[in-house]
Amino acid sequence: MNEKLYLDPEADTYLEQVYCRPDTLTDVPFHYCPGCGHSVVHKVLMEVVEELGIQEETIGVAPVGCSVFAYHYMNVDMQEAAHGRASAVATGIKRVLPEKYVFSYQGDGDLAAIGTAETIHTVNRGENILMVFINNGIYGMTGGQMAPTSLIGQVTSTSPYGRDAAQVGNPIKIADLLCLLPGAYYVTRQAVYNPNTVRKLKKALIKSFEYQKQKKGTCFVEVVSNCPSGWKMAPVETIKYLEEKMIPAYPLGDLKVPQN
Amino acid sequence: MEIKEKRIDEARLMKGNEALAEAAICASLDAYFGYPITPQSEVLEYLEREIPNRHGLVLQAESEIASINMVYGAAGAGARVMTSSSSPGISLMQEGISYIASAQLPCLIVNVVRGGPGLGTIQPSQGDYFQATKGGGHGDYHLIVLAPASVQEMADFVFDAFQLAEKYRNPAMILSDGALGQMMEKVILPEEGSLPKTPAPWATTGKTKDRDHNIITSLFIQPEEMEKINLQLQEKYKAMQCEVRYEEIQTDDAEILLVAFGLSARICQKTVDLGREKGIKIGLLRPITLYPYPYQRISELAEKAQFILTVEMNAGQMVEDVRLGVEGRVPVYFKGRMGGMIPSPEDILQEVEAHYSKHNVMQD
Repeated sequence: MNEKLYLDPEADTYLEQVYCRPDTLTDVPFHYCPGCGHSVVHKVLMEVVEELGIQEETIGVAPVGCSVFAYHYMNVDMQEAAHGRASAVATGIKRVLPEKYVFSYQGDGDLAAIGTAETIHTVNRGENILMVFINNGIYGMTGGQMAPTSLIGQVTSTSPYGRDAAQVGNPIKIADLLCLLPGAYYVTRQAVYNPNTVRKLKKALIKSFEYQKQKKGTCFVEVVSNCPSGWKMAPVETIKYLEEKMIPAYPLGDLKVPQN
Repeated sequence: MEIKEKRIDEARLMKGNEALAEAAICASLDAYFGYPITPQSEVLEYLEREIPNRHGLVLQAESEIASINMVYGAAGAGARVMTSSSSPGISLMQEGISYIASAQLPCLIVNVVRGGPGLGTIQPSQGDYFQATKGGGHGDYHLIVLAPASVQEMADFVFDAFQLAEKYRNPAMILSDGALGQMMEKVILPEEGSLPKTPAPWATTGKTKDRDHNIITSLFIQPEEMEKINLQLQEKYKAMQCEVRYEEIQTDDAEILLVAFGLSARICQKTVDLGREKGIKIGLLRPITLYPYPYQRISELAEKAQFILTVEMNAGQMVEDVRLGVEGRVPVYFKGRMGGMIPSPEDILQEVEAHYSKHNVMQD
């Protein structure tokens, strides 16, 4: 960073590098759809790992879902878990390597449907890990099916007439549920659809790693995100949908902060 | 199966499940993850009692599904790790076991088998032979499977299983049953700390500057790559064939060969004694490794046998492997009890005698 690249050593014209890809990301291009929040969350998370200088001490767990290949991009040791089981896998890692930083990265189907039991019990044990939860209200990888977090009336390939609460229940606010558990030390809901939300997410992630170092318990960072392909919208339209529909249903901000 | 005379003073009277748990501590177990289920809850109970005062860690998980995925995570992080359960719980673990096999992680899974299918019964059975030896979950894979026939072997095979699992980077299973788990016998425990750790440079212990990041995964989305992984696995399974183990009792002059594993073999030993008393030339082959399987030895013994009787506590599972070894050269009969019932030595002898007289009438 901040190295000067002289275009012409004779003349005093140069380019200054003020920003670059963190070393904690590999050179592999993301496979994510244009406009998808995963790319931003990956980058912010890995920036935090680099800035805290914990690349060598960090082990991540990738889920099943769109971010199944997170381990291709995140340049830290990683394990790929079975669908829904990332927090159990993270528990196994953290228990045998208690001095390392461990995070799981999961989508809504993975964390809040098939993996609900693992999610709740991992937090209830107060595992000293960071759980990153991407909530975009849809199953992206399998092609746009209804998620546990899909909104009422939301049209998906498996709710073609809109989500009907009488049939399939209401969108599950898993982060709110987790706040009830004493093992949850820090629970927050963030987003990545504009620079301000990205900055806030970064702060939440930094705090989470700091708490993990202090062995405080589980830190749970939800990111309300978008899915242009699954929502069948242009990326710009997804931002409008986020602001008008998703965020009123999943209000941003800290849900549980350390009591001191 | 005999206690070694010179160490008889060290013998303890223990339940099979407890001997296995104690052996795991002696084997420098790093972590155990499990969930209670009869008839193997003593393993978790014993470890919860002992480990806090000794070494390693034990965690009661919220389910067998969580247990096996914790095993995956800890094994992937390079730890010596195990879980144990009984039949319905092992069924729940199958997805995770398939992932562990594909990601090539060493670990130990103990199945103290009970009668099924379904919720079944808590009584002993060998009904999970197919599940244990033919894969169990989805995809083409094998576990290394060891079948103890005594409390002593419940302890000894923990060491063997970890050694083999780490040598081949493959999950190993001890296929026991409710009787072996619950019964008490004399056991001499292996020496504590005598099993050296195998280095695991592939493990996710934190990326150091001198290497690329380590990845534990079972996802290889390009079919060419997935086939390559499969070929690697098959090569490994071929290489494992040299680990085949079995025990023979009075097979030298045997005209009638019993084939049985685990508790059934224990019972068949008595049948051999009873048969010999009556002048019947009968012997027993006991496969100790169920994968790899002693097809070759069965083939050799089939050369001199009139017929073979396979005895199992199921509807006839291992008998298929016996027939594969025999290749139709002599008749292979089956005697089984199911649903938690155990055959008696006399029942088995009666079955032998019925076939024996039939064969000798035919010969006359």
